[in-house]
Amino acid sequence: MSHTDPPVDSPVETPVDDAAPLLVARGLHKAFGDNQVLRGIDLEVYRGQVVALIGPSGSGKTTLLRSLDALEIPDSGTLAFDGGPAIDFALPVRQSTRAALRDRSAMVFQHHNLFPHRTVLENVIEGPVQVRRVPRAQAVARAEELLARVGLAEKRDAYPHELSGGQQQRVGIVRALALSPDLLLFDEPTSALDPELVGEVLSVMKELADEGWTMVVVTHELAFARAVADEVLFLDGGVVVERGAPAQLFTEPAEERTQRFLHRILHPLD
Amino acid sequence: MDWDLIAESFWPIVLGGLRGTLPLAGTSFVIGLAIALGIALMRISGNRLLSGIGRAYISVVRGTPLLVQLFVVFYGLPSIGVVVDPWPSAVVAFSLNVGGYAAEVIRAAILSVPKGQWEAGWTVGMSRSRTLRRIILPQAARVSVPPLSNTFISLVKDTSLASLILVTELFREAQKIAAFSSEFMLLYLEAALVYWLFCTVLATGQDVLEKRLDRYVAH
Ligand SMILES: Nc1ncnc2c1ncn2[C@@H]1O[C@H](COP(=O)(O)OP(=O)(O)OP(=O)(O)O)[C@@H](O)[C@H]1O
Ligand SMILES: [Mg+2]
Repeated sequence: MSHTDPPVDSPVETPVDDAAPLLVARGLHKAFGDNQVLRGIDLEVYRGQVVALIGPSGSGKTTLLRSLDALEIPDSGTLAFDGGPAIDFALPVRQSTRAALRDRSAMVFQHHNLFPHRTVLENVIEGPVQVRRVPRAQAVARAEELLARVGLAEKRDAYPHELSGGQQQRVGIVRALALSPDLLLFDEPTSALDPELVGEVLSVMKELADEGWTMVVVTHELAFARAVADEVLFLDGGVVVERGAPAQLFTEPAEERTQRFLHRILHPLD
Repeated sequence: MDWDLIAESFWPIVLGGLRGTLPLAGTSFVIGLAIALGIALMRISGNRLLSGIGRAYISVVRGTPLLVQLFVVFYGLPSIGVVVDPWPSAVVAFSLNVGGYAAEVIRAAILSVPKGQWEAGWTVGMSRSRTLRRIILPQAARVSVPPLSNTFISLVKDTSLASLILVTELFREAQKIAAFSSEFMLLYLEAALVYWLFCTVLATGQDVLEKRLDRYVAH
């Protein structure tokens, strides 16, 4: 995949209303029992933007990300796409609303969650063929094209367990791309990988960002966030403590909690 | 040893197995699996009423002897006006029984598939039922093949109880020849041998099936 290639059916090709963000979340709250995990999160994501979520373990990053794909349903707060009507989580959330959210976004999981009984190709075309009703031949052609772009063309008939961790995760990314979602969600996509495999996945993600895909990425890879993200949100205790451009947030964080967190990650032995 | 009797009786007994025992076990097993899947889905539905019905069904089936279940269907139902022939009676009783035992196997197999597989199905846009059908059940099937094969082999042996409601199957053939010749020891050992042969063949089939399903699983 080279940066000068035209994007394959990527979201920037569709004409958009530049004024409204792709996604606006307001006041998201979520508790698991007594554990208040999200305490009023606001988030805007514009088309073509890469937003990185960072923060200590248990701060609610995964829960926030999963809420955007209806894998968790917040207790209250709203979510709206393209300036459209807001989904109000204080009201019962219908199955059709979940479906609509999942239509918008696609998740790349920490542990890839590929379907082990399906080949690489079958993993990728499952959504397009079964859900989007794309003709099989067309879905296969597109899947092969996407697999070639991440260097996995010759693995199309392999089963997931025959791949390395980095290859599995790249298939996970292709499975998400094949749905042509408006929004790609990544939950620490490299944290389960051996260190020498991290680069191959991050470089694919960087190329996607350069192609104009809209991405929300939970990550501990600060160098990646710094190089690729347009905006970084630092979460702690279920709130956004600080947000800003990476150059600003990483070099001169305004909040003391952000400073301490960055210090711990950058100088773990101090 | 009465070799002539052995030679004469062997084929009728095997035939009783092929025409009686195996079709009876096979039919009951297929119907029983369908019942079991339904009960398992009720148990994991999250709906208290459905789940309770499923639990009660399993409890009754597992808490009562198979022979009693068989007699209730064949000898009991006629007294409330429902007369059923031996063969369908046996199929009904064995199916209901398999349904109770296999339900817990299938339920455990479904629950053994990691939650992330459901979520992966949902994130590619599939509904719950489609995810269940295309993603979860194929993986659960792999997990449940060994225990369900054992259920089937047990069922093949349990169908000998159907001889008590006059179903023509392997053991009833042996009984008839035994009564006629008075060679009880010989004929019942011969019946045991034929059951053992059948079960050995089935166990081999189980091995082959498990190896085939192993293809996509890492070791
Ligand atoms: N399904 C759940 N049931 C109960 N508690 C949960 C559930 N999911 C998350 N939690 C709790 O919510 C809190 C926030 O979890 P979350 O996974 O969102 O944190 P995170 O910021 O992603 O952390 P990490 O960096 O460790 O992945 C944690 O205390 C966690 O134990
Ligand atoms: Mg997390």
